[in-house]
Amino acid sequence: MPDITNISKTYGEHRVLDHFSFRMEEGKTTCIMGRSGCGKTTLLRILMGLEKPDDDFGGHSELEALKKSAVFQEDRLCENLSVMANIRLTCPDRTKAQVLEEMGRVGLEGCESQPAHELSGGMKRRVALLRALLAPCDILFLDEPFKGLDEETKKKSIVYTAGACQGRTVLFVTHDEREARLMRAAAVISMDKEAADSRVSLAGENEACCREG
Amino acid sequence: MKISTTPRNKIRLWAVLVWLLIWQAVSMCIGQEILLVSPVTVVSTLFELAVTGEFWLSIASSMLRIVGGFMLAVVLGVALAGLSAASVRLRELLLPFVVTIKSIPVASFVILVLIWVSSRNLSVLISFLMVFPVIYTNVLDGISQMDGQLLEMAQVFDIPFGRRLRSIYVSQVLPYFRAGCSLALGLCWKAGVAAEVIGIPQDSIGENLYNAKIYLDTPRLFAWTLVIICISVLFEKGFLKAVDCLVRRLERMG
Repeated sequence: MPDITNISKTYGEHRVLDHFSFRMEEGKTTCIMGRSGCGKTTLLRILMGLEKPDDDFGGHSELEALKKSAVFQEDRLCENLSVMANIRLTCPDRTKAQVLEEMGRVGLEGCESQPAHELSGGMKRRVALLRALLAPCDILFLDEPFKGLDEETKKKSIVYTAGACQGRTVLFVTHDEREARLMRAAAVISMDKEAADSRVSLAGENEACCREG
Repeated sequence: MKISTTPRNKIRLWAVLVWLLIWQAVSMCIGQEILLVSPVTVVSTLFELAVTGEFWLSIASSMLRIVGGFMLAVVLGVALAGLSAASVRLRELLLPFVVTIKSIPVASFVILVLIWVSSRNLSVLISFLMVFPVIYTNVLDGISQMDGQLLEMAQVFDIPFGRRLRSIYVSQVLPYFRAGCSLALGLCWKAGVAAEVIGIPQDSIGENLYNAKIYLDTPRLFAWTLVIICISVLFEKGFLKAVDCLVRRLERMG
C-alpha cells in the first residue's frame, strides 16, 4: 500500500488540506477522525479520484491503479433498481444465493426485490454498506458508513463490517471513537488542526500520522 | 387524447355517459344529422364501415406509416440525444434544427414536404418530425438531470460501461423517455392524419376523412374520427405499458 504524502487542497481562500501525509497499512483498518469540516471527506474524495488536489501527491499513481470500493456519506443507490440489483451492480460475480446470505446477516432478508426507493433510511444505508463490502477491491473507503442507523442496527452493522474488513485495507472515516474501536482500527489519525501532532493509537500501531506545513 | 392511469385524471364511465347523453340530446334538438350527427348514428355507421375490407386496409396502411414515423423518431431521438449528451458540438449543431421543427406549423410542413416526397410517405415524415424533437429533448433532459453522485459511485467502483448504461443511465432516463412518448404519441396521430387529409394518399384514414368532408357525410366523418381516437388511445396505452414493463423488469433485475 503506497504512503500518501503531501496532499493539499484549497477551496477559494480556504486551505482544507495542507501537505497532509499518512500511511495506510496493507490488510488493516486505518481510521481518520476529526471534527466536521476538517477535510476528512475531501481527503477521501481525492484518494478515490473524485476530486483534484492542488498538486500531485505521493502515492497517487499507485493508488490510481488499485481497485476501489466505497461507502459514501450518502447512500448513492439506484432508486429504481431492486436491492439485489443495487448490490450486484458492483459484484456481478457473486451468486444471488451468496448475496441473499449476506443480506440476512445485516437484517435485509426478504427485501431483495424491493426497489431502493421503497426502503427506509436505515435499510438503504445497509444496502450501500453491503454493496461496498461485497465488491472485489484492493482498498475500501468508508465515509461515516454507520451514519443514520439506530443504536442496535449500528452495533450489528459495525460487528458485521469489522468481520468483513478483516485482512482488507480499509480507510475508515468517523467522528466516533467507539466506532473506531469496534472496527478494530489498527491506527487512528486525527485531522483536527489543534491536534495536528496527535497520534491516537488504539491498537498501538499508529506510526504514520503527520501533518506537515 | 390522453387517458391517464392516475386516479385523479382517470376518465370515469359515468362522466362519458353524461356527455354522450348531452350529445344525443343536442343532436335531437337540432334535428339535422348533417350539422350534428347523433352518437347512435356514428356507432351504426362505424359498424357498417367495419364489415368492409377497405376500412381495415385504410387503418392498417395509416397505422403502418404513422407508427413507422413514430418509431423512427424514437430510435433517432434517443440515439442523437445520447450522442448530444456526450458531445457539446453535436448538441449545438442540432439545437437550431430541433427548435425550428418545434416552431414550424404542421400545415407548413405538410405543404413543404409534399413537394419533396410522395403523398404516400407524407405521414411517415410528418409523424417523424412531430415526434423527434419531443423525444430528443426529453431524453437529453433526462441525461442532463442524471444524478452526479451515482456517476461518481460508478466511477469509484469502476463499473463497466454496459452495466452502467443499463443500471444507471437507462433507469434514470426512462421516466423522461416515457413522458416524452406519452406526449409524442398524441401528437403523431393528430399530425399524421392531418397530413393524410392534405396529401390524400390512397387507402388511408386521411383519404376517408377527406371524402367524408367532400360529400358532407357527417356520420362517416365522426365515425372515422372515433376510429382515430380509439387507435391513438390503444396504441398509446400499449406502448406505455411496454415501457412500464421494461421499467419493472429493470427494477426487479438483479
